[in-house]
Amino acid sequence: MSNTSSLDVAVIRKDFPILDRMVNGKPLVYFDNAATSQTPKQVIDAIVDYYSSYNANIHRGVHTLSQEATDKYEQARLKIQRHFNAAKPHEIIFTSGTTHSINLVANGFSSLLQKGDELIVSAMEHHSNIVPWQMLCERTGAMLKVIPMSEKGELIMDEYRKLLSDKTKMVFCNHVSNALGTVNPIKEIIEAAHNVGAAVLIDGAQAAPHIQADVQELDVDFYTVSAHKMCGPTGVGILYGKEEWLHKLPPYQGGGEMIAEVTFEKTTYADLPHKFEAGTPNICGGIAFGAAIDYMNAIGIDVIAAYENELLVYATEQLLSIEGLRIYGTSENKTSVISFNIESIHPYDIGSILDKLGIAVRTGHHCAQPIMDFYKIPGTVRASFNFYNTKEEIDAMVEGVKRAKAMLQ
Amino acid sequence: MSIQEIQEEIVDEFSIFEDWMQRYEYMIELGKSLPLINGKYKTDDNIIKGCQSKVWVHAELEGDKLVFTADSDAIITKGIIAILIRVFSNQKPQDIIEANTDFIDEIGLKEHLSPTRANGLVSMVKQLKMYAIAYQTQLN
Repeated sequence: MSNTSSLDVAVIRKDFPILDRMVNGKPLVYFDNAATSQTPKQVIDAIVDYYSSYNANIHRGVHTLSQEATDKYEQARLKIQRHFNAAKPHEIIFTSGTTHSINLVANGFSSLLQKGDELIVSAMEHHSNIVPWQMLCERTGAMLKVIPMSEKGELIMDEYRKLLSDKTKMVFCNHVSNALGTVNPIKEIIEAAHNVGAAVLIDGAQAAPHIQADVQELDVDFYTVSAHKMCGPTGVGILYGKEEWLHKLPPYQGGGEMIAEVTFEKTTYADLPHKFEAGTPNICGGIAFGAAIDYMNAIGIDVIAAYENELLVYATEQLLSIEGLRIYGTSENKTSVISFNIESIHPYDIGSILDKLGIAVRTGHHCAQPIMDFYKIPGTVRASFNFYNTKEEIDAMVEGVKRAKAMLQ
Repeated sequence: MSIQEIQEEIVDEFSIFEDWMQRYEYMIELGKSLPLINGKYKTDDNIIKGCQSKVWVHAELEGDKLVFTADSDAIITKGIIAILIRVFSNQKPQDIIEANTDFIDEIGLKEHLSPTRANGLVSMVKQLKMYAIAYQTQLN
């Protein structure tokens, strides 16, 4: 490995039991990290420990197990708060993941919008950051405007500025595109939106594993994260919201935990964050998310990002040596995601053959159909690398792609 | 030949292949060589949408037999379609309704017909049977 990073990948790989697996008789090469990252034993241990030692329902229990579980769950909230530098712990709302987080905010805005208001979305969103807002527009009569993107897969900022007006109430955009890997200039996007008084939600699902986001420095109103993209378990994530915004939004779901007092005449809601955390949460998931944050910070997000960038540069070079291969998303500012196609070959066919070789990539539209429509393609093959991947694995993929090409053309 | 006989024939053919590479190469050849559907039937109405590859199917009754033509934009999918067409096309609707697709397991292509695989093939088999049911009703 190169000298530029201090990451010892051989040591790191020992933390991930799944990386020893064989698939179709070949050693697994896991390049579907943008869909879900793998889980280190430190996180698996936290899950086992929870169910082995102190599984209990949290908050309000007077017994020891409940108290222990509550403490660990709230400690996880504090870890996440520190990691994203939120001003207050109750600005971190546990959710089932980014999709849930976005729906929570979109639903809350129903009562804050009226006909004629405008929302702005970027052209490179995941469906989960499009559909909840379309539903919101249907409910309120607000209009959805789209920031266009360039052939390189970058947002056209001049066009964005033209869309902004005093009618704009909300801007939402991903920090990193899941289909292309583009890192969007969110600080500029946020500033410009604030200048017209609009709130901003940034979908951080793809960014959080690779970029250290500081929500106060960004001055973002809402930021969403999924644990399973950053070495944590599935089914848990967070919504960061500025306190003032979280007070303005009405509760999303009714139930236990989120109330202060209930009578049949009137219910008063609990304070933040519980107002948005109805029902028994994914307690184990939240605690394991905290363990994942610890794990990633012990290595260092900057160290991770530097190493992953080496992988990106190497894989880009190697793939481009294949004739007829085109990469979609060619911004200089990218995370370790490569979306590609080979002339006249369907991505599904390449993915099927790579799978036979033990190589896991994603094929299809990556839940971002507007991007595929933009490039007029049915989908792409997407390889996404994490810090536990190696250049040798990239070599195996490149060989696999060449083999697939020879078979298919 | 009956559906059962054709399936046995295909299983026989596949038994000479030693590994997945040979099976895939054969399917890719099938996919490349067969003009499966008349272009005029490649309409949006005839698309069976899988998550990733598009599949088109057209059905026509010839005498008491149902003739299928189909296509896909992905070549491996197209190869499997060619196999399915060989099994189910030119058969009586009632026989199509009653037929199973267990032979797919035997020729080592099970993963392509898993209900969770996003390639449109499961929907395609369902659609073939739906056509058979519809035409059977018509024949009755």
